[in-house]
Amino acid sequence: MAKVLMKGNEAIGAAAIKAGCKYFFGYPITPQNELPEYMSKEMPKVGGVFLQAESEVAAINMVYGAAGCGARVMTSSSSPGIALKQEGITYIAGAELPCVIVNIVRGGPGLGGIQPAQSDYNQVTRGGGNGDYKLLVYAPANLQEMVDLMQEAFDAADYYRNPVMMVGDGMIGQMMEPIEFREMPSRFELPAKDWATTGTKGARKPNVINSLFLAPQQLEDHNIRLQAKYDAMKANEARFEAYNMENAEVVIVAYGTTSRIVRNAIIDLKEQGINVGLIRPITLWPFPDKAFDLVPETCKSLLSVEMSMGQMVDDIKIASNGRWPVHFYGRSGGMIPTPEGVMNKVKEMVGGAK
Amino acid sequence: MALDLMKDARIRIFIGHYGSGKTEFAVNYAMKLSRQTEGVSICDLDIVNPYFRSREKAEMLEANGIEVISGARGHNINLDVPMVSAGVLAPIQNEQRQVVLDVGGDAVGARVLARFAAYFKPGAYDMFFVLNANRKETQDVQGVLSHIRKIEDTVGAKVTGLINNTHLLRETDINEVLKGQQLANDVSKASGIPIRYISALEKVTRQLPNDLEGEIFPIEMYMREAWM
Repeated sequence: MAKVLMKGNEAIGAAAIKAGCKYFFGYPITPQNELPEYMSKEMPKVGGVFLQAESEVAAINMVYGAAGCGARVMTSSSSPGIALKQEGITYIAGAELPCVIVNIVRGGPGLGGIQPAQSDYNQVTRGGGNGDYKLLVYAPANLQEMVDLMQEAFDAADYYRNPVMMVGDGMIGQMMEPIEFREMPSRFELPAKDWATTGTKGARKPNVINSLFLAPQQLEDHNIRLQAKYDAMKANEARFEAYNMENAEVVIVAYGTTSRIVRNAIIDLKEQGINVGLIRPITLWPFPDKAFDLVPETCKSLLSVEMSMGQMVDDIKIASNGRWPVHFYGRSGGMIPTPEGVMNKVKEMVGGAK
Repeated sequence: MALDLMKDARIRIFIGHYGSGKTEFAVNYAMKLSRQTEGVSICDLDIVNPYFRSREKAEMLEANGIEVISGARGHNINLDVPMVSAGVLAPIQNEQRQVVLDVGGDAVGARVLARFAAYFKPGAYDMFFVLNANRKETQDVQGVLSHIRKIEDTVGAKVTGLINNTHLLRETDINEVLKGQQLANDVSKASGIPIRYISALEKVTRQLPNDLEGEIFPIEMYMREAWM
């Protein structure tokens, strides 16, 4: 298929519809508004439903309902809106329902600003909701990757019966890029949704969608089962890209659009005789621990580059398990790191240009 | 032959399907115009987009002697408020100024123009429809005409020229531009609106044949950072 030029938020909507999404419930917030707007135009054309809820809380609970009926369903928001959805998200995880949640991240905390940020790292990887649950979190670095991952996001949600989050900083939502909609073979064999509340027709016992377990032993058993699911995700779903690792003396860890800025810095640093590698997590949870086994012996230290204030540093420390010191460089509040800023930090770490 | 932008009417309005490259073209146009004349004003009337608006380049534009008018509270890119500075009227009314109006996408973005429609008298303005044939809703004649009609109805003024701005960002080759030119030709035939400019990065425009309708307008990527 020929390439088309799309804005990130539109492309997310188009990819979701292509992946079989039939229901979208949302509420406006910058910088993701083009996504619900796109869905409002396109959903009726595929026999789907777009509904603007009265709030983020209402929208996520509509997702809960639709997911319980076995539908492919999505919602989207941006940082403070995602914060509002947390109660619904933990209910959906607790009730073991599949859905995709898109978070186009803006500066925080609080209302913050409308420019791009990555400061929801902890919110999306630790969960803002209560209880022992995890989301599978994808963080694409460009629109083609985002479009390609959307099918997988819906499939993984169905396979694990768990909410999946697609995270893009504001730039991913707002930037335009050429995209090709490719057929992506599914990695999963998806069982029938025999748990969905589709009506018994008098032929079976009612299915119950619920996250309330009043007997402690029942709830613990439930948690143990959920944990086994998260262990399977950790074993099978962590994804990353490694770049320029050979003979690197510093390895940078960066995701999303920040990784693209880092890549430019790496090319320029190479010209100046400083060899720097990149680990780019494609899933933020599970964090790609195995990537750090690829760090070469020449490496003296790691550097986390973020559009946040060091939220990813702890995960890098855990994954690298004390093998290298971990430094941090980031901008926040909607300020975007520059290749020059990254280069200066690396030079400071290695003791100046060669 | 060098482009003479003073041939265009004093008030130049850039409209189109959103994401077709209006702002990039408008900023390039203002930069080129400022090299041909003094007294250039660019008005950022985009109240539907939060990112990639011409106000983001205010510093560069002002350093080139271009007056930049945007929101009523200045060029603050973090303000999520649909407001337009009353100062927009000054260059529109002042016949000594050369005006570039950079408008938000689609009819919804063009609504803000209707308030100024009284100034858009035939001959006094040019309204250019920026066309990218790689955008989903403007890939065929019907789609383009539908956008043109809706925007004209919303603004209360007629489109006076087409700009073939067909591209795939850095992946653009001349085949993309020529594909867009074919569509622009068809739209022109169906509507009677002439093709005014063909825009692309300079390395692409150098390869274009010189018998195309419309003047070749090489642009730079001001709005897109090198890492994007």
